[in-house]
Amino acid sequence: MKITVNGEEKEIESGLNLSEVLDRLITLDHKIAVELNKNVIRKKDWETTEVLDSDELEIVHFVGGG
Amino acid sequence: MLISSKVNENRYSRQELFAEIGKDGQEKLLDSKVLIVGCGALGASHAEILSRAGVGFLRLVDRDFVEFSNLQRQTLYSEKDARERLPKAIAAKTRIAEINSEIETEAIVADVNHSNIESYLRDIDLVLDGTDNFQIRYLINDAAVKHKKAWIYGAAVSGYGTTMTVFPGKTPCLRCVFEEIPAAGSSPTCDTAGVIQPIITSISAIQTTEALKILTGNFEDLHGSLVQVDIWRNDWRSIKLGAPNGECETCGKENYQFLNAENAEFFTSLCGRDAVQIQPPNASKIDLEKLESSLKNVGRTKLNQYLVRLNVDNYEITVFKDARAIIKGTNDVSVARGLYAKYIGS
Repeated sequence: MKITVNGEEKEIESGLNLSEVLDRLITLDHKIAVELNKNVIRKKDWETTEVLDSDELEIVHFVGGG
Repeated sequence: MLISSKVNENRYSRQELFAEIGKDGQEKLLDSKVLIVGCGALGASHAEILSRAGVGFLRLVDRDFVEFSNLQRQTLYSEKDARERLPKAIAAKTRIAEINSEIETEAIVADVNHSNIESYLRDIDLVLDGTDNFQIRYLINDAAVKHKKAWIYGAAVSGYGTTMTVFPGKTPCLRCVFEEIPAAGSSPTCDTAGVIQPIITSISAIQTTEALKILTGNFEDLHGSLVQVDIWRNDWRSIKLGAPNGECETCGKENYQFLNAENAEFFTSLCGRDAVQIQPPNASKIDLEKLESSLKNVGRTKLNQYLVRLNVDNYEITVFKDARAIIKGTNDVSVARGLYAKYIGS
């Protein structure tokens, strides 16, 4: 199936939860905030949130420098 | 004061023509007090923009001194400041006085930590984050939430940066969004990824615009988002944050874990440098002249009214009046601690 991640279309297996999708997309040692179809999804809900075809995902990294 | 205001009566005219601010908003700015934590790249930019905008009082707190490697992105500072090794807070105050002599600035050369942050923010209207590490941002978040002060997180590394505005009670706080502090070494820093100046200006622009909105009472115009900019790729994105998380440790449960870390030892690796800072808890003031004379036989020393510097072996140890030291030449806290104990004593 196809999902959109930060504006870019990506091909990904279907039947995955959000945690598994994020695992495939990025290295999880970076802290991130995630929005799925315009809703912020808290980390505790990642494993119970199913990702469906055509979903739109936004990922923002926590940045430390300055 | 009246005379100087008359002479400079056009100073804010273009900003007053901007309808959302207007003359009323300008009066509010002149009556405002802002704390800028950290006067590195972001903080120096905040200080310049807000001083030009006529924010009446700026408290600038920074632990560091100006170096040549700062000049590429820290726009308030000059080669002269780097040559003289001026503390950033002092150099910023001096430069701001040249930019706008009608506002008041207070420069504090200190490490912001759990023992002093509340005294810095108690009497102010807004806190701007000009810091460079995760730890202190959780501390600012604790203190700001506890005292119900708005604060504006901002950070940048490489060509990208992130910002969000925390309005306690109205918006999520930092910990609502990022529940856990990233582990040391888990994220890129200016040290590992470098940084270009335009991302600093971009993030600072968003932060200071939010500050102007808050200080002039335009709360409905706040962006309400976690914003991420990659200036090199011209990629601007944001996540709408909605309401606070009721289960949040900080703003939901009022558990101010970072503020209450009473026995914390203050070791910090500094962003962009092979250096460690040591802040002994409850230390008394250091007599810099006396310290310098005791170190003269150890290595090359330099003394000014703010600090003593010692170059020994491949290390450069800079000690400030408040007993804080920055030890350059290592990222290893135990090595730094050893050098401190050896040359400064603890």
